[in-house]
Amino acid sequence: MGQTMVQKILARATGRASVEVGEVLEPAVDIAMSHENAALVMNQFQEIFAGLGRPAKVWNPNRIAIIFDHRVPAESKKTATNQKKVRAFIAEQGITKFHDIRGDEGGICHQILPENGYVLPGYVVVGTDSHTTTHGALGAFSFGIGATEMAAVWALGNILNVEVPETIKVVVEGELPKYVMPKDIILHLIGKISAEGANFKVLEFHGSTIRKMSMSGRLTLCNMAVEAGATSGIVPPDEETVRFLRQEAGVTGEIEMLAPDEDAHYCQTIEINVSELTPQIACPHTVDNVKPISEVEGLSIDQIVIGSCTNGRLDDLEVAADILRGKKVARGVRMLVFPASYKIYQQALELGYINDLVKAGAVVMNPGCGPCLGVHQGALGDKEVALATTNRNFKGRMGNPESEVYLCSPAVAAASALTGMITNPQKGGF
Amino acid sequence: MAKVIYKLGDDISTDIIYPGRYMATVLPTETPQYAFDDIKELNKQLNSEKTDEVRVIVAGKNFGCGSSREQAASCLKGHNLTIVARDFARIFLQNSINLGLQTVICPEIEAEVGDELEITTDKVINKTQGKQFEVVHLPKARQAIVDAGGLIPYTQKLLKQRMGIE
Repeated sequence: MGQTMVQKILARATGRASVEVGEVLEPAVDIAMSHENAALVMNQFQEIFAGLGRPAKVWNPNRIAIIFDHRVPAESKKTATNQKKVRAFIAEQGITKFHDIRGDEGGICHQILPENGYVLPGYVVVGTDSHTTTHGALGAFSFGIGATEMAAVWALGNILNVEVPETIKVVVEGELPKYVMPKDIILHLIGKISAEGANFKVLEFHGSTIRKMSMSGRLTLCNMAVEAGATSGIVPPDEETVRFLRQEAGVTGEIEMLAPDEDAHYCQTIEINVSELTPQIACPHTVDNVKPISEVEGLSIDQIVIGSCTNGRLDDLEVAADILRGKKVARGVRMLVFPASYKIYQQALELGYINDLVKAGAVVMNPGCGPCLGVHQGALGDKEVALATTNRNFKGRMGNPESEVYLCSPAVAAASALTGMITNPQKGGF
Repeated sequence: MAKVIYKLGDDISTDIIYPGRYMATVLPTETPQYAFDDIKELNKQLNSEKTDEVRVIVAGKNFGCGSSREQAASCLKGHNLTIVARDFARIFLQNSINLGLQTVICPEIEAEVGDELEITTDKVINKTQGKQFEVVHLPKARQAIVDAGGLIPYTQKLLKQRMGIE
């Protein structure tokens, strides 16, 4: 029986020729990523060693990445103190892949890892963040874990008790119509299979649309795989993967072009043709409550949010800037923009996108996660409605259970900022 | 004997169990106060009641979906709750096992607030309604962590083997 991408990766990470679905393995970890919750991981890590009477030492300081992004700059003394403790731990353990709150190298963890070339095809990547699925875009098996699990990884270098998952093959064909974006594909898929449709499974993306898609779009797809319950999303590496890693991420070493076998077994195959897809909207309060934009057009919006690990990359800001250039955000609407990293922020500055957005009335915030999950700025008032390019619309997600969040692509968000209501950018004038 | 104290629907997210605004609070000793903070009556009940009785929350499918925040498991563990759900989201279930939060996968569960339950390894028996429901067992590898008393002791055991500590 042939092997899927994830089977091949897990076989390699356990020194085996092949692995079967359902087997329980302890694969070696290539990259172990945490953000501010490293404070909790540290606590659990120290507890493990406290019981052993040996000094607490991480298995490999070069394979641990820590990126401050959830509450930056710190919103409270509690966060600031936790960040301080994590910095001390990083120094003590000699952890090398650390991205502090800095305008030259900071940003959101799921952008920092790809743009620094920390993730390569075939890697096993774990992160104490559910959107760690993002890095599957580079051909890695990448998934979210809890803080105590991460403490065990820091100690052992292996991720314990991983059951080899089944894989769903998603085949995407057709040319995307104007203003229909990768975000619309993944929202459509989640709506189709539900928020638990891929629970404990992997979504492996194939098809001509994926082959033509830039790494940025692939990162968006894999980022939201978790919203269908998937353990991970994954895109087999190709020329675009190599282009991104060489040209944008500065990778000079070998890149292994891992591919699934022709006769790999998939538990399900889903085919999507995007040539007639229209912009999609995830309505409150679940990500799988997805409707074509025609069903919600005209709904009044209080706050537009463009950014996050899902849609805060350069092409996302470009489409927003193109739509808003020389125009004005409607009165009564607040528009917040937060790029996924400072590298992107700098590129958007040089290309004039930031200027276009600010002149139109947008508030450009520093790269970080805050507004997406209601922990740091951008909170909603009672009964207010937000339209966001982020990844979740759960009740209370943006800090107020009395508000509503709709999810969309950057093109829809930008067009809607001009009108103050959900607007289809395909309807012209942009 | 265990008593159902609250009933929830499908897709209860970690944002509902442990709102993001409290994520700066990380220690398991400090998280229980914020459990279900946006469901005020439940939060109040959890924080005010002192009882030795086993308290059960019954939920639908995909309990714990969303974020990987471990506080969502530690805050419930701190209240000594048992969660009986039709099924669980992956990361939440793993976190619960790692921390020792009692989770029961019971795909057909029917129960109302106030019902008395008897929970065995194979069945949930609803004494009040006179019905019983099959329990789906944890995968063997996960049960091993439960049997070790959680992931910390389990990892300590593995480390001792590697380091040759008796």
